[in-house]
Amino acid sequence: MSETVTLKIDGREVTVPKGTTILDAAAQIGIEIPVICYHPHLTANGLCRICSVDAGFRTQLAACVTACADGMDIQTRSEDVVRGRRTILEMLNSTITLDEAPEILELVEEYDADTGRFAEGKRRESPVYDDNPFYIRDYNQCINCWRCVQVCADDAQFTYALSFDGRGFETRIGTFQGYGMTDTTCVFCGQCVGACPTGALKPKRQALLEQGIDPDEIFYQTRRGRKKRSEEAGG
Amino acid sequence: MIDTTASIDLSQLEPVLTKYNGRRREALLPLLHEAQAIYGWLPGAVQEAIGKTLRVPLADIHGVVEFYSMFYSEPTARRVIRVCEDPACSLANAQGVMAAIEAKLGIHHGETSADGLVTLEHVPCLGMCELAPVALDGERPFGHLTPNTIDDFLNGTHPEAAAQPYGEPMWTLARVGKVDPGSLDDYQTHGGYQALAKAVAMGPDALIELADKSGILGRGGAMFPLGRKWFFTRGAAGKPSQKHIVVNADESEPGTFKDRCLLEEDPFAVVEATTVAALAVGAENGWIFVRGEYPRAVSRLREAVRQARDAGYLGRNILGQEGFNFDIEVRVGAGAYICGEETALFEAIEGKRGFPRIKPPFPTTHGLFGQPTSINNVETLVAVLSVLTQGLEAWQAIGTAKSPGSKLFCLSGHVAKPGVYEIPFGKTIRELIEMAGGVPGGKAIQAVLMGGAAGAFVKPDELDMPLTYEDARSRNIPLGSGVVMVFDETADLRQTLYELSRFFAHESCGKCFPCQLGSQRQMEIWDRIAHNGGAKATDKQVLLDVGFTMTETSLCGLGQTAASAVLTALQRWPELAE
Repeated sequence: MSETVTLKIDGREVTVPKGTTILDAAAQIGIEIPVICYHPHLTANGLCRICSVDAGFRTQLAACVTACADGMDIQTRSEDVVRGRRTILEMLNSTITLDEAPEILELVEEYDADTGRFAEGKRRESPVYDDNPFYIRDYNQCINCWRCVQVCADDAQFTYALSFDGRGFETRIGTFQGYGMTDTTCVFCGQCVGACPTGALKPKRQALLEQGIDPDEIFYQTRRGRKKRSEEAGG
Repeated sequence: MIDTTASIDLSQLEPVLTKYNGRRREALLPLLHEAQAIYGWLPGAVQEAIGKTLRVPLADIHGVVEFYSMFYSEPTARRVIRVCEDPACSLANAQGVMAAIEAKLGIHHGETSADGLVTLEHVPCLGMCELAPVALDGERPFGHLTPNTIDDFLNGTHPEAAAQPYGEPMWTLARVGKVDPGSLDDYQTHGGYQALAKAVAMGPDALIELADKSGILGRGGAMFPLGRKWFFTRGAAGKPSQKHIVVNADESEPGTFKDRCLLEEDPFAVVEATTVAALAVGAENGWIFVRGEYPRAVSRLREAVRQARDAGYLGRNILGQEGFNFDIEVRVGAGAYICGEETALFEAIEGKRGFPRIKPPFPTTHGLFGQPTSINNVETLVAVLSVLTQGLEAWQAIGTAKSPGSKLFCLSGHVAKPGVYEIPFGKTIRELIEMAGGVPGGKAIQAVLMGGAAGAFVKPDELDMPLTYEDARSRNIPLGSGVVMVFDETADLRQTLYELSRFFAHESCGKCFPCQLGSQRQMEIWDRIAHNGGAKATDKQVLLDVGFTMTETSLCGLGQTAASAVLTALQRWPELAE
């Protein structure tokens, strides 16, 4: 039998195999800890910190990347935990557009985040990149969860088309020299679009549908785009 | 203007690429530095050639170049003038100096002169606070600048800045200012390499015991017991060829310049101390990672490593000890405070963006390249030489029972004699300030910043705190990297809090949300309070919430301390945000 650890989460005792994260242990006993950047099939990096919980340590612990230890006594919704989550949500909301991130908007509601609190704060703005026939990149909606970069690299596709521009608050998803996607190593596998938790990456056909464009017209437009490219390549 | 459309002559890069042929991603930062030395910046074609040589995806190269502020992906002059505007320099009229340089050159921050020959920047703390205000002209450091001496500075005739050592006992600083930093012979004449001989005679176990008994805690600010770190690394699974000693010489904490003093004035001591650490840990690979803003330290250190290797102090069977193999590579940062965080520093050596890793696992088992690593601050290691040279008894005879020995402090701001001070643990903050000649002009002290930008403000009535680890802990006032920055009654603390906040906003790596967003919001609020309309009724609570969130939920030590100065200031002077 593998080694186990026993701990308390919100007062309830739970025994789990050694190495289990606090997030998974809590889920086992029906306690849901909120997550934003975390995706069960991708490497967890502990970025958003919305899953932070209180174990009475020097700082809170990110539940998605912290392994349970014997004797831990964890509060997943203490006053301090809620204060941190609310502030992170307020800051996030003031930085980018969350209109197409319903799960995050639910958290904003649930934690009573004041959406006007940082109204004078700088927003992380970006042009909308419509540079290929498959998907549109609108980084005004990007929360920097890294999922697209990860699936493009070692977590799935090993294509390495994406990295970052800038650093700190100014960090944005970027390509080599700012190239459009057709000039990168992108193979248009679509995994990044599938992994994006907001509207930052969107299939082009979906974007056009949302603009109210007739499906036949969309089919014509996107097909024509492809045909035109092959004509150019041939000519 | 530099012509961006001009084709790049890649033939100049060929010899460098040939030299790095067969190397992998770990060679990325050194290769980017060498390429930038040729072109002044890193054109796309150059980055592509580097990517092919090292087999690194181009997107990743782009991410690295974007991360480090001393790498330029836009046309930049070979000569970059970097003017510090952080707190100590700001107190000494750095803004006036910057304005005079701008007027003289006709360019502003981030701009390049019309003839393409000079680029001007204001930059985060350059680690020369005792010489404030300071600037780097290319690789030459200059201090004590005034708007009136700008002509001398720009034509290179202003005297170059040099370190200022003071204190008693002079153990760790023994040779600073006395030894020729370029001469191994002179180093040996001043007692150099006697400590290593003693260490070899003792053997690793006794050496680790000595480190334990010396009570030396990590002096970069994290205060981890040195002996334990060595013990854990020695005990970690792996052969000596798979273990590392990394010297953290990425000294970038605003107000800190003690390591620069050692690196520049006593580089052989750093090399010897690193070798002692290698013996204790049983590691064959040494790395000294120096911040890119310390070019003089880098060149002196590289020369010291070369001379030590030629003399057999590095290499195989050191001091004739069969199997004592060790060598050192000096690595250079490129403008990123976060790389002082130990795991971010590993990432930088590995050729990546300096993102801190999640801990555990800890470096002693999973450090550089995922292998067991003891990462130590410069002063920490050189202090071991003091213990070996003076003997444990003499070391323990000064200081306190819990904080034995001596420690370096960095005095700056409004003191008559700023500089690096070596004192026994136990002297009070007030005594230390008095040693430095007190406040010039008979002015009263308003505040002292202890420990660095990530430290804490104290009031005049707190200055009788003894400088020991136990007092620091019980009063929650960090010694950090030994910063003692004095602000007299005329100083504008709101401006200082803005500058400290600006520093963290600039240096946040952008990995975790609380620090990436919180450091920006904190800076914006202090910018408004200090310059643009003053405080609003809601500011204090917002600053407390942002500070709490960064402190409690950030991924690494940078974010966890990015609000420390602000929060301690608000405790003592709530009116600053009112």
